[in-house]
Amino acid sequence: MTDTARIQDSIHEQDEYNFAYLDEQTKRMIRRAILKGIAIPGYQVPFASREMPMPYGWGTGGVQVTAAILGRNDCLKMIDQGSDDTTNAVSLRGFFEKTAGVRTTCETAEATIIQTRHRIPEKPLTGEQILVFQVPIPEPLRFLEPRETETRKMHALEDYGLMHVKLYEDIARNGHIATTYAYPVKVNDRYVMDPSPTPKFDNPKIDRMAALQLYGAGREKRIYAIPPHTKVRSLDFEDYPFEIQQFDKPCGLCGADNVYLDEVILDDEGGRMFVCSDSDYCEERRAQGHLGPMAADPAAARIGTKEPA
Amino acid sequence: MYVAVKGGEKAIRNAHKLTAKRRRGDTSVPALTLEQIAQQLSHSVARVMGEGSLYDETLAALAIKQARGDLIEAAFLMRAYRTTLPRFGYSTPVDTGAMRIERRISATYKDLPGGQVLGPTFDYSHRLLDFALAAEDDGVLRTAETAESVDEAMPRVTDLLGDEGLMEPDPVSDEDTPVGDLTREPLSFPADRDLRLQNLARGDEGFLLALAYSTQRGYGRTHPFAGEIRYGEVEVEFFAEELGFAVTLGSIKVTECQMVNQFAGSARAAPTFTRGYGLVFGQVERKAMSMAMVDRSMRWQELGEEQVAPAQDIEFVLSHSDNIQATGFVEHLKLPHYVDFQAELDLVRRMRAEWFGRREQQEEGEAAPEAAQ
Amino acid sequence: MTAKQDTQSLGAKAPLAAGFRDPVHDAQACFRAVMNAMARPGSRQPVGAPDLTPPAPLTPVAAALALTLLDYDTPLWLDKPLMASGAVKAFLRFHTGAPIVSEPVEAAFALVSSPGQMVPLAGFNQGSAEYPDSSATVILLGQDFQAAQTVTLSGPGIENSTVFSTGPLPPVFWEQAVANSRQFPRGIDLIFAGSSDIAALPRSTRILPTEA
Repeated sequence: MTDTARIQDSIHEQDEYNFAYLDEQTKRMIRRAILKGIAIPGYQVPFASREMPMPYGWGTGGVQVTAAILGRNDCLKMIDQGSDDTTNAVSLRGFFEKTAGVRTTCETAEATIIQTRHRIPEKPLTGEQILVFQVPIPEPLRFLEPRETETRKMHALEDYGLMHVKLYEDIARNGHIATTYAYPVKVNDRYVMDPSPTPKFDNPKIDRMAALQLYGAGREKRIYAIPPHTKVRSLDFEDYPFEIQQFDKPCGLCGADNVYLDEVILDDEGGRMFVCSDSDYCEERRAQGHLGPMAADPAAARIGTKEPA
Repeated sequence: MYVAVKGGEKAIRNAHKLTAKRRRGDTSVPALTLEQIAQQLSHSVARVMGEGSLYDETLAALAIKQARGDLIEAAFLMRAYRTTLPRFGYSTPVDTGAMRIERRISATYKDLPGGQVLGPTFDYSHRLLDFALAAEDDGVLRTAETAESVDEAMPRVTDLLGDEGLMEPDPVSDEDTPVGDLTREPLSFPADRDLRLQNLARGDEGFLLALAYSTQRGYGRTHPFAGEIRYGEVEVEFFAEELGFAVTLGSIKVTECQMVNQFAGSARAAPTFTRGYGLVFGQVERKAMSMAMVDRSMRWQELGEEQVAPAQDIEFVLSHSDNIQATGFVEHLKLPHYVDFQAELDLVRRMRAEWFGRREQQEEGEAAPEAAQ
Repeated sequence: MTAKQDTQSLGAKAPLAAGFRDPVHDAQACFRAVMNAMARPGSRQPVGAPDLTPPAPLTPVAAALALTLLDYDTPLWLDKPLMASGAVKAFLRFHTGAPIVSEPVEAAFALVSSPGQMVPLAGFNQGSAEYPDSSATVILLGQDFQAAQTVTLSGPGIENSTVFSTGPLPPVFWEQAVANSRQFPRGIDLIFAGSSDIAALPRSTRILPTEA
């Protein structure tokens, strides 16, 4: 059948990806957007986001940014919810292993590019590293004003009154700001920016970070950036200063304090433990001999091991 | 637990194997061939080509087979494939006036040059399950009387109306005006009609249907008449710079719908009929009609109308019409979100504690005066 | 297609200089240098372009930047000496496909081979308040980073501050550059191309001229 032969041909062609999947023209277009994003910290640069072989909303923005910057000698770390082993992180890491053949790692320190969804690693990043965020809704004002035409004007006029009103209403109603993730920041004293749905616990890490931060929103077709050492302030009020989440207990497995913890339900009788959301950080600490209060618990064995039982 | 252990990779591999197995179903039943899908599920194929934005029946059939008949998933496969194809240029505008017609109807004239050609349609059929088909019988395969395409010239109904001055002229843009392409430049607002039509042509049939329906029920009424719906084959031509003339690349089947809308006129424009336009791959009349109606609704500003309804709201319509985007974002909620959820858990616990604290204080406050009495 | 015709018509005179030997990875390496330069204003980033032998006055480093950043979607402006060279135009058209425009304000990218005589920075597209990203990127060729005049830079990408020197530049240049950064978020972005490395000055950088 000629048709079948033709399809087999075209499928075969599909196997022969360009390095990192994207064609060179697309990479150039994304690269130009990245450069403008870096030159205008916190401003969302529109770009002609491509359809990717994974669904919109599943990291297509981050994947396009990573594909555009990635080189043969890079070492890539892919995390989702702080962990290298979450399903989508595994899937996206596999995508780059297959299409770019680059070295991948779970170790934060070893990576030159880290693509992340919803977390920033606990270990401070260096100037040699690049952090790529997957962003679902890049517009920090979107839930206050759904229209792009309006929010674009607000950014142009630096008119962020709406955001302050929202935060103030939070305080009036709850006594404190009720935003726990995707907590808005002001970059370089100019643009209000959405740091993607990372918990606000991670906001201080964004401020004056040594690594370059690139944010990619595929479905919404926006790229933005924060250059190294850039001043990034979480929005707040003088009498209600910004504060991050506090955990009462250290990590149950490695005993780390001052890290973001996930709550793990152990049984149906209220049993739960808190463990590092950054799985690489936790493993490294345990390898160094740090033990948390629940490390010996049989339940911990199930959570903390890499291989399924 | 589907995260937190290195089993992720293995779990994904197994899930995909299982999907492949489920897709195939009972192996004692013969597998579908692409020819069967392309021939016998042609409406599905047309929808997948349109929303997948790539005209190729065989690839669409493959996508449908691979997607187990999930048409949005199939359109997504087409889009992801399309984006890897090199682009040689843009075709010259397709001349639907020169269409080799298989079906052509007008609801506005009883008879007209070229006549009404009912052609293949579900219209006027009685929706009774045909149990003969269930018996894998070919059923009533009588040769239709005019199965061949009609050669007679068929002027567009809107052109007939235009001759009388009753129809707004078809807005003709300057030859040099570049036609927008939302796959090359991100959509920005306000969006012109070229980009709006491109967006609608790729848009979700169900979404456009619902919007069109809402205008009929009074949410931005536009008084539409189906001026003409035509379905058939048109040639696609490409202007080759090297040759200096256009060459035919092939032909495609399309459905075109021209809605004719009553228009009372405004301070700016005399009363006249106005247009809504729909053009889609294959025979997808429901989509072509819906597209034409929504196109007309979105022209409110140009015609000096008021914006009162969702179907008129260009930014709203264009931002939510793409089912590949929509399904991706809706379904991404299946991804783990436990980091954000943890943040919310913490907040809700804290706010509840505060709420109960306040209530307790209040109750004590209320109880105290009673005690004093 | 026009690019092909150009090479053919040129073919009689001189063979067209080659582009990147490895288009994918050479462009990636060059881009990373540009990205690092833009992310760390004033820092020098090596650009390897040993294979490139573009027609003068285009330099190998500038050619590498052009091949990395330009294509059909980027209108390009050339200063007089570059514009005067048919070989330069043929090289750029063939390898990038970028349309060459005659007005600075129409360009997404500009190549300036003779910075001493350059047109005012304000003559390039500054972007709009709503779309500041639509502004031009101006690439200055033949830069020597040992030049006498220095400025102090601070802002995004710079820890505290850094001292930067480059030349040749017109005497009014730093004044124009200061004015450029004052209109942030509008403004152009600059790339300085040396003989083996580059530096960049995005609009976000605050510039303090050092007293000579």
